[in-house]
Amino acid sequence: MSVRSETRLWLAQRASAAVLALCVIVHLATMVYAVRGGLSAAEILSRTRGSSAWLAFYLLFVAAVVIHAPIGLRAVLREMTTWRGRSLDFAVVLFGILLAALGLRAALAVFA
Amino acid sequence: MPDGRTLEVKVWRGRESGRFQAFTVPRRASQTVLDVVSWIQRHLDTTLSYRFACRVGMCGSCAMTVNGKPRWTCRTHVDKVAEGDTLTVAPLANLPVVKDLATDMAPFFDKWAKAQGRFVPEDDRPREFHIVPPETSERRAVDAGIECIGCGVCYAACDIVRWNRDYLGPAALNRAWTLVNDVRDAGNPTRLAAVAGDAGCHACHSQENCREHCPKQINATASIAGLKRAAAIAALKGQL
Repeated sequence: MSVRSETRLWLAQRASAAVLALCVIVHLATMVYAVRGGLSAAEILSRTRGSSAWLAFYLLFVAAVVIHAPIGLRAVLREMTTWRGRSLDFAVVLFGILLAALGLRAALAVFA
Repeated sequence: MPDGRTLEVKVWRGRESGRFQAFTVPRRASQTVLDVVSWIQRHLDTTLSYRFACRVGMCGSCAMTVNGKPRWTCRTHVDKVAEGDTLTVAPLANLPVVKDLATDMAPFFDKWAKAQGRFVPEDDRPREFHIVPPETSERRAVDAGIECIGCGVCYAACDIVRWNRDYLGPAALNRAWTLVNDVRDAGNPTRLAAVAGDAGCHACHSQENCREHCPKQINATASIAGLKRAAAIAALKGQL
């Protein structure tokens, strides 16, 4: 991988981390608020279903995870193992696709 | 003058594989670790190999691992580091051992070359001198990193160097950062391309072991962070 690509990966990971910091706070705060308010799962879903704002929020959250986690995993594997090269890059892209599928499934379930 | 007390010193003997050998050395006032090693070599075992030159913290050749931490032995007083009356002296970590306490510094300096740590002059057309006001941010960044004497202490203290043998290390990257900020230098952005990426500044975890151990109190982590910023901006502009 070229130095330019590696630098752009680093930048993408930093930018997605900034988005994640915000998303995680909103996500956790909402969860605590909902549970403390005594809302049931059905009541929560009745509020989120059809809400395009929540869909947009969770799609952004999923996108940030899909960018952030595979780049981080690649860096961790490069440090902890001798795995390098295209096979590693391919494997973390697959991991990203898996995260995207799981994340989109969850986000859509909250919406519809 | 000897004060009757003694010091039990364990000294690494051999190369990558070897063992610690115990010596008993008389304690003296204001004794440095280099004094102890020299005393062993002159009075107990002339075959002990180690390296030093200036003895006053200018040359950067006497760094060793003292009680587990990389230090200049010439500027480290025994009183400050001895645990009870014992001292363990080993070669610098993360470098091949030549013999006993002497390491091969070639990989360390090869990485300075890889990081393009040499000044690149502009073309030889006659031109005005550059004016470099001391208060500019570039000049201040150079000042903060320029006093490095290449002793290898930060390199030995760095966990990333230990994990990733290709990593350029704090000293080489700090040197590159001083040149990135040198308005007279014509080596950028080729230099940024040399120091960016998985074996360069982006591998740094900002754990600051380099800053913690640097005998000159240079904050190489900050220099590396500066390189990350500069490389990111260059990548966004398509200059990398």
